[in-house]
Amino acid sequence: MTGSRTTAVLDRDGLDALVGTLRALGRTVVGPTVRDGAVVLAELSSADELPFGWGTRVEAGRYRLEPRADGAAFAHTTGPHSWKAFLHPQRERLWSADRTADGGLSYTEEDAPQPSYAFLGVRACDLRAIAIQDRVLTGGRYEDRGYRERRTGAFLVAAECTEPGGTCFCASMGSGPAAEAGFDLALTELLDADGHRFVVRTGSDAGEDVLARLPHRAADPRADTAAARDAVAGARERMGRAMPPVDLQALMGASLEAERWDDVAARCLTCGNCTMVCPTCFCTTTEEVTDLTGDHAERWQRWDSCFDLDFTHLPGGPVRASARSRYRQWLTHKLSTWYEQFGSSGCVGCGRCITWCPVAIDITEEAAALHDELADRLRRQERTEQER
Amino acid sequence: MTAPTPPPSGTPTLAVFKLASCDGCQLTLLDCEDELLALTGRVHVAHFLEASSAVEPGPYDLALVEGSVSTPDDARRIRDIRARSRFLVTIGACATAGGIQALRNFADVEEFTRAVYARPEYIDTLATSTAVADHVDVDFELRGCPIDRRQLIEVITAFLAGRRPDVPDHSVCFACKRRGIVCVTVAHGTPCLGPVTHAGCGALCPAYGRGCYGCFGPSGSPNLRAMIPLLHRDGMDDRDVERLLRTFNAAAFDRELPRDGEEP
Repeated sequence: MTGSRTTAVLDRDGLDALVGTLRALGRTVVGPTVRDGAVVLAELSSADELPFGWGTRVEAGRYRLEPRADGAAFAHTTGPHSWKAFLHPQRERLWSADRTADGGLSYTEEDAPQPSYAFLGVRACDLRAIAIQDRVLTGGRYEDRGYRERRTGAFLVAAECTEPGGTCFCASMGSGPAAEAGFDLALTELLDADGHRFVVRTGSDAGEDVLARLPHRAADPRADTAAARDAVAGARERMGRAMPPVDLQALMGASLEAERWDDVAARCLTCGNCTMVCPTCFCTTTEEVTDLTGDHAERWQRWDSCFDLDFTHLPGGPVRASARSRYRQWLTHKLSTWYEQFGSSGCVGCGRCITWCPVAIDITEEAAALHDELADRLRRQERTEQER
Repeated sequence: MTAPTPPPSGTPTLAVFKLASCDGCQLTLLDCEDELLALTGRVHVAHFLEASSAVEPGPYDLALVEGSVSTPDDARRIRDIRARSRFLVTIGACATAGGIQALRNFADVEEFTRAVYARPEYIDTLATSTAVADHVDVDFELRGCPIDRRQLIEVITAFLAGRRPDVPDHSVCFACKRRGIVCVTVAHGTPCLGPVTHAGCGALCPAYGRGCYGCFGPSGSPNLRAMIPLLHRDGMDDRDVERLLRTFNAAAFDRELPRDGEEP
């Protein structure tokens, strides 16, 4: 990123112009909208489709929309969808093969043009999640080409969080609620005596270029910029949950034989919902598709989950046959071995796995219980050694 | 299952049989309108009474069997079909779990027969309705009431290519989330068996805002001990839960129920 960075203010017309401008630039604009009793992510044709006047009340295993009198557009928490559904779609063709007239085979690699996305309303936790998937899918030796193409062209408009939900814990993961990097534009919605408006910061030259095309005014340092900072700081204090402030990497490593895994396994449905809604879970499997003629075959990539028995299927059966081993794999990877593999935590504190778990399993509660069990064990060991 | 060996030289023969069933699953084959021509170009249909009364005695390369074993005659017939079939695939909830007629497994069949039939002595039936795999070796089981058309084509295509069919054992939630459907339990409080039910339908009911009622039977790792309290939370009493679990796959879900004193 080069050039200067601007802070300005958009009103409702400015927000309309933002969607219109991005669409005029040939982008597929995706953002939050209300559908089927939730704020989902879908293509937007205008800012009117944003969830104005809708908030959300979430708890472990429970999500409800709630009307808001203030008409806010970004007062909802993370919903059932994440941006990975667009950048890392659930099913994608990799190549196809055809039998040729002389009995040989011809291969065609998939190179359909990828959409040029603009994401509107990306939370700070999800900006971090996108950065993590960038590392996983394009930062190593084998890169996911489709992801790379979609990601390179994507324009990100962040919406800082001013209304955290009951399952949010980004503050304790260091990934929010303020948007600090990785965006082209960052909005902070304000609803006060000065009116309904959006303080906008640019984060890239592309962001500067788009802002220049929108009706906007300069930000007042006190009434706008400081008010926006205060609103986000307030959100930091109202997180519904917190990850225990311990070395999670070490905790997981020392907890592989913990009794808590049996406790959580008794409650876990192994339904896979947590991995599907997680914005960083990236695992895929491949499927080989043949048709009835036997002359055409395709290889597709599709989302998979470590909760699927087939995920570790070997000729002798699944390696992780028990629910205990599968839940442990998910949690220890997310919070611990992810560091060794990708240099960061795999959890961003968005709270989706807590909200969308039908039986309300809570990643922060499980981590706290593992911490308590380990502390107990260490205390007992210490006592035994002293008695000797 | 193990991958089938490719058919021997010549066009493989396909046979379709039924035991105690409604015919809906075998009709799914006729419902494959776009694929039927290609299919008949690859297999010789040797036995399929819903399509033709001209039948051949076998042996058959691929046999599709719908229906449960509910009479002494079914039990004899399925052994005969097995003996004449190289690769035997059972299709549908009846053939893979005993069907809705397995409700008799929880009751007294003689009492039913006396209540229903004017001349119960004419009825020759078994005390239970069971899956085909309880009687003979089965090479692959395709679930559903009825089965899914695309999955049936996948099983036949995989057989012809000599590969394992791509029919995952995971829960309906996998399909539901991939489709981006809003969870009916979490967002609406609707009771849904999706988390314990075998995928295959493409999350049909949740896509229309309804809870899954388990017509594909239990998934590869169902946890009913955790599921049932959730159904209670969402307004079902014990009788509702029993009725929900005792439909087309009654016997299969019953096997997964936690028993007193049993470890989860």
